[in-house]
Amino acid sequence: MLHTVNKSPFDHNTLETCLKYAKPGSAVLLIEDGVYAVAKGTAVSKQLQDALKTVPIYALKPDVEARGMQNRVLDGVKLVDYGGFVDLVAEHNTVQSWL
Amino acid sequence: MKFSILVNEGPYTHEAADTAYQFTKAALDKGHEIFRVFFYHDGVNNGTRLTTPPQDDRNIVKRWTELGEKHKLDLVVCVAAAQRRGIADADEAKRNGKDADNIAPGFRISGLGQLIEAGIQADRLVTFGD
Repeated sequence: MLHTVNKSPFDHNTLETCLKYAKPGSAVLLIEDGVYAVAKGTAVSKQLQDALKTVPIYALKPDVEARGMQNRVLDGVKLVDYGGFVDLVAEHNTVQSWL
Repeated sequence: MKFSILVNEGPYTHEAADTAYQFTKAALDKGHEIFRVFFYHDGVNNGTRLTTPPQDDRNIVKRWTELGEKHKLDLVVCVAAAQRRGIADADEAKRNGKDADNIAPGFRISGLGQLIEAGIQADRLVTFGD
């Protein structure tokens, strides 16, 4: 399963809920304001680093760049463009959008 | 692969209407098929032709119309959500005694069954919203 999170973890708890449910074999893609979670040195960095041990975490590159965060992305987070987003959807049998 | 897209957010709100469009475009560019784009809740506001954004801003509605024309997309607006928000085609306007319609070219108004069918027929249903 591919999980997408589009809200900032500093505004909503969807990322936290998503990470609780994400099982090995699934992947998490952060889009829109959800990409704020991948900044280094924040209150949720540890949560993300722990999750990275179990599931791959991706962030939508255009949204990371739109927020000027391209130089402070947590190690281990992979950046994808919209084509990469499409590939992730195709690779996983279902998509869960945490709204 | 066959995709269906569900858009639950209006244009110029947060970013979901933009992401839905960019995702749809990228899927088409990669040779995938888009079975249907269904606009629900505030997402129906993506389908009014009266939208007039500033000239230097993206025109979200026109962008859907153009992508729809190019790829013969089925752009469906939920009828109940549309009625609540004042989105009508000529038939709906007449049926409800309104003096005008405002649906954008390339969009059509139909029911929730179209969303269920989109979910069944497509390999993936991807939701974008608020």
